[in-house]
Amino acid sequence: MKARVLITLKTGVLDPQGKAVQKALGTLGFDGVDNVRQGKVIEIDLTETDETAAYAKVSNMCDKLLANTVIENYQIELLPDGT
Amino acid sequence: MNAHDTRNNPEPLVDADLAADHGLSPDEYQKVLDLIGRTPSFTELGIFSAMWNEHCSYKSSKKWLKTLPTTGKRVVLGPGENAGVVDIDDGQVVVFKMESHNHPSFIEPYQGAATGIGGILRDVFTMGARPIAAMNALRFGAVDHPKTRHLVAGVVAGIGGYGNSFGVPNVGGEVNFHKRYNGNILVNAFAAGLADADKIFLSKPTGVGLPVVYLGAKTGRDGIHGATMASAEFDDSIEEKRPTVQVGDPFTEKCLLEACMELMASGAVIAIQDMGAAGLTCSAVEMGAKGNLGIRLDLDNVPCREDAMTAYEMMLSESQERMLMVLDPTLENQARAIFEKWDLDFAIVGETTDDLRFRVFRDGVEVADLPIKDLGDEAPEYDRPWTMPVPRPALEHNDFADTDIAASLLTLIGSPDLASRRWVWEQYDHLIQGNTIVRPGSDAAIVRIAGHEKKALAFSSDVTPRYCDADPFEGGKQAVAECWRNLTASGATPLAITDNLNFGNPEKPEIMGTFVRAIQGIGEACKILDFPVVSGNVSLYNETNNEAILPTPTIAGVGLISDLRKIVPSGFTNISDIVLLVGAPDTWGTHLGQSLYLREIHSREDGPPPPVDLEQEKQAGDLVRSLIADGLVNAVHDCSDGGLGVTLAEMAIQSGIGAAITPPQTLSPVAAFFGEDQGRYVMTARLEDRAELWDRCEKAGVAIEEIGSTIAGELKLGNADAIFVKELQERHEAWFPQFMNM
Repeated sequence: MKARVLITLKTGVLDPQGKAVQKALGTLGFDGVDNVRQGKVIEIDLTETDETAAYAKVSNMCDKLLANTVIENYQIELLPDGT
Repeated sequence: MNAHDTRNNPEPLVDADLAADHGLSPDEYQKVLDLIGRTPSFTELGIFSAMWNEHCSYKSSKKWLKTLPTTGKRVVLGPGENAGVVDIDDGQVVVFKMESHNHPSFIEPYQGAATGIGGILRDVFTMGARPIAAMNALRFGAVDHPKTRHLVAGVVAGIGGYGNSFGVPNVGGEVNFHKRYNGNILVNAFAAGLADADKIFLSKPTGVGLPVVYLGAKTGRDGIHGATMASAEFDDSIEEKRPTVQVGDPFTEKCLLEACMELMASGAVIAIQDMGAAGLTCSAVEMGAKGNLGIRLDLDNVPCREDAMTAYEMMLSESQERMLMVLDPTLENQARAIFEKWDLDFAIVGETTDDLRFRVFRDGVEVADLPIKDLGDEAPEYDRPWTMPVPRPALEHNDFADTDIAASLLTLIGSPDLASRRWVWEQYDHLIQGNTIVRPGSDAAIVRIAGHEKKALAFSSDVTPRYCDADPFEGGKQAVAECWRNLTASGATPLAITDNLNFGNPEKPEIMGTFVRAIQGIGEACKILDFPVVSGNVSLYNETNNEAILPTPTIAGVGLISDLRKIVPSGFTNISDIVLLVGAPDTWGTHLGQSLYLREIHSREDGPPPPVDLEQEKQAGDLVRSLIADGLVNAVHDCSDGGLGVTLAEMAIQSGIGAAITPPQTLSPVAAFFGEDQGRYVMTARLEDRAELWDRCEKAGVAIEEIGSTIAGELKLGNADAIFVKELQERHEAWFPQFMNM
């Protein structure tokens, strides 16, 4: 099973990288960009086949390593094999 | 939806319980009620809690801080402004301060430490000084505590990430480990900047009806109530306190620095204050209170990066990289153009008034109307009860077994508190700006003054918390004396210090007692060594589950070097030099109480700390400085943690040159080599200068003893086995990387 983890900054946390992207878009002539927030996507291949167990395992990974839960949120998406 | 619509989000009802949640005691809340004659609004309660907490008001410490000597012939400006200002000749001044960012760094080590650096840099450049050096004094929990490595990695990366990006060299500091910091680490950040004496900017405005301008980055909901958190003890509910950490952006800070420098040069600035703890509230109230003016703020004009921010949130946000300024209205357009050029916000958010009120408006509604002096410089002040610390009994003679000198030295030199800090400082850019002369790892770091051929500044940060725990008075003295000694050993004339006082809960009389006695010790040392305090910061409530940190009054000092060509290194320089021990009343070591030897070899933290004889300290230091200036010595290193043995080992490690040392047969080798007696320096000199050195020491009334000579490749202490310098170097360098890679 594959897990896809989406990590984003919590609402209200300053995002210097997002701000830089927003500014660069403006410089390139893309107008109407009101705000940009960036995050990251992590894909993990698991040998676990049970969804509940896989979810629990990935949550634990997020809490311990993948996300900085002080300033970041995470969302986990489980994808069956072959996608 | 109207961005300012707060109707769906009614403000909570203000009562004593809510006040308690804001850290105001029942007495303090009653004082608020008496002061304004009504129940405060929610925003007003937030303002009171921010201004009256320990972090901003110094309510427990003020009484004692006033006892410290703060004047001197070189002091231009003592405590009370953003940073202290000291004359360094040629119409130049050095502006410096040290400040803690302990609580945020424990919760989110990278951002906590990074924003600590950002805050201290702003304190310095707010005054018109361009930052030229930074240092960091760090204390972590026991090396075997599960959180320690994570915290070390995060804090060091955060300091490097912010400081390196901003472009200030990180030239020194301290790293200690002790189990008493398991639940409360200390991150004390120091910054120094350079300015012309006649171009210093203050936070005290004069003039009514002048525009109050918001500068820098936008306001978000970060760090709301950071200052209140910094004044609360931690407990197991710490997880809930997490969202209060703010995120910094060093590149914005660099732009803010350049914009401020340009703005100050334009003549538009009447007064300026950085927004640090309690952001807009603290900066506006402090400016008004200092200038004996009222301030009126219209929050609708505050640049925000989030929607629907309430007055309460705006007043308490600790978003980074922001400043508040009182502007000369005739130069508004020029000032605005400068900030637009640097892509920073510039917004007129209020004006100075003559009513001594702090009035805040949001959507046309007055959300706060408070007496500004009572919030600011007339905030509550406490004389907290304190008890005299109990002195530790002296060590019994022979109550621990003597150990092999060579083996003990190898253990000590590779122990967590003495091992090389290269792993740490190599992550810091310590060379940027191109003026670093002496890098981290020596007695004091030395930074050249750009544009001068020979002038430089020396920086050192010191405290020995285990001494302060055993005897806060002697420990306070020792912290100042060691800083003074380190600057002296580097060849500098010590100028002044900034103090960063980290203690536990001041409401406990025994903790307050350690605080009072440490300040008394610091004060006495400052007075006798003519080393005044020009700025500082107090961090109290460093406790977790009722256990306080070791009392840690960090002292960071600045010294002036008038001729760089005369300084000598702290490592050996030549083979066949004579090795001299200078300064102590008892030239070889005697005092093992609270020594690292006792702790690392015998696992004991017993006894009183070594006493500091300040008169003797001054005599010895003044002599050492003159010997360096007159070119009579080839190397100087002060004797501190680990005693003479460790001092000699460090001199060998630095240089690759060894020494053969011969103590008199009558001495106990353990006390001779590992006693931590104060006020001593190890020097090397040419044999032919022997007579003159003895003559100079005799005239100065300072003890001198020839203890051996430098030799190639190995260190031989008395009858112990010789140790290859290479082995010392390997042991010294090994511990930190091994610990971090475990």
